[in-house]
Amino acid sequence: MNSDSTDRPAALEALGLGKKYRRGWALRDCSFRVPAGRVCGMVGPNGAGKSTLLALAANLLTPSEGGIRVLGGPLDDPELRRRFAFVAQDKPLYSGFTVAEMLRFGRELNPGWDEDTAQRVVAQGDLPADARIGTLSGGQRTRVALALALGKHPELLLLDEPMSDMDPLARHQLMGTLMAEAAEHGTTIVMSSHILAELDGVIDYLLLVDGGRIRLAGEVDEILSAHQFLFGAGEPADLSGHTVVETRQSGRQLSALIRPQGPVTGPWEAAPPTLEELLLAYLRSPQAPSLLTAEARTGAEVAA
Amino acid sequence: MIEYRIERRSGVATYLQIVQQTKQALRLGLLQPGDKLPTAREVVEATAINPNTVLKAYRELDREGLVEPRPGLGTFVRRSLARAEAGADGELRAELSAWADRARQAGLEYEDATALVASVLAQTFEGNR
Repeated sequence: MNSDSTDRPAALEALGLGKKYRRGWALRDCSFRVPAGRVCGMVGPNGAGKSTLLALAANLLTPSEGGIRVLGGPLDDPELRRRFAFVAQDKPLYSGFTVAEMLRFGRELNPGWDEDTAQRVVAQGDLPADARIGTLSGGQRTRVALALALGKHPELLLLDEPMSDMDPLARHQLMGTLMAEAAEHGTTIVMSSHILAELDGVIDYLLLVDGGRIRLAGEVDEILSAHQFLFGAGEPADLSGHTVVETRQSGRQLSALIRPQGPVTGPWEAAPPTLEELLLAYLRSPQAPSLLTAEARTGAEVAA
Repeated sequence: MIEYRIERRSGVATYLQIVQQTKQALRLGLLQPGDKLPTAREVVEATAINPNTVLKAYRELDREGLVEPRPGLGTFVRRSLARAEAGADGELRAELSAWADRARQAGLEYEDATALVASVLAQTFEGNR
C-alpha cells in the first residue's frame, strides 16, 4: 500500500486545472497530487467544485485551462479507461436492464472482469437478479453501480458522493467492501462526500475543495499534526507569528485553530484538532491560507 | 481469532485501539503464541476502517516483539502477555487480596482503596510507563 506508492506514478496529478461554465469558473488554479495507493476523501460544501473535479479526472469534461494526468497517463489513452472506474452521482445505468443483464454488460466490456466480486456486492444487498434497474431504490442502484466498478478491479476508483442515498447498514457494508478492495489490490480510492463523519477513520488522504480552489491537500495525519487547537484566556495578539486559521471568542475564553510556527507561548491549553473540527474551521474561514503537504505538491510547485 | 471493536468517537487513535485490544487478548490468554491475527483485508471488511491503520497497528505489535509477520502467510503471535503470577491462584493476587481486606477493615471505601493503589503504582512504575 503506502510502501509501493513511491515507485508508482501518482493516481491523480493536476496542474493549473480550471473549468469555466457559462456562469463562471467552477474550478480554478488547482494543482495537487494524489499518490497511488491512497484512500482520499474529497470534501467541501455543495457547489464547491467536487463533481467538476471528478468529472475532469474521469475525462467526461474537458478542462478550460491547465490539465490533469491520471495514473501517469494522458486522459485520451484508450488503455487508461480500463484502469480506472468512475461512479457518478446520478449512477448512469440502463433502467430497462435487469441486474443480471447489467452485470453481463460489465463482464463483456471488461477483459479482466471479476464475476465473484461483482456478484458478492450485489448479493449483500439482497437484490433479485431479474429486478429491472428502473424499479430499484436509489441505494440499490448505487450498489449495482459499485458492483460494476469493483468488478473491473480498477487501479483507481473515482466515486462521487457514493453513499449519499444508502441506509447505515448498507453504507457500512459497502465501505468495508471498498476498504477490502484497497487492502487486497492497493486500489487508489478518491471519493467525494459532504458527510464528514462518513470519512473519519476511512481516509488517509484529504482534498478540501472550497469555492473552486484546493484549500487543503495531503496525508490526513500530517495535516492534523500541522495544526493545534488552543483555548484559554489569551488575546488574539498572543498568536502573532503563527498562522491563524480561525479564532472564536466566547466570554473570557478565546479558542483558536492555528498552524504553529515555532513554540506556542501564552495562557493556552493545547489539543490536537479532530478531522471534523479542522474541516469546519477552514470552511468557516475562507481567508485562511491553504496548505499542501510535500506529497500533495506537484513537480512544478516543488521546483518553484 | 480476535475480532476488533472500533469506536470512532472514543478519542483514542484507531490503530491504538487495535494494539490495545490485541494486548488485552494476549493478557487474558484469548490469543496464544502461534495464533494467527486476522488479515488486514478481514479487519477492514468487518470494520470499514482504512487498511493502513491495521498495518500500522501490526507494525507496532511487531516492534514490541509480540507478533511476527510471516510473508505470504499472515501475522502470528510470538509471545503471550498472560502471567502466571497474575492468575486467579497466583501469590501476588493472594497478597493483594489480603491487603484489600485489611484496607476495608481499616475503614477505607472502594474509591479510597483504588486511589491509594493507583498512587502507589504510579510511584513504583514511574519512568517505565
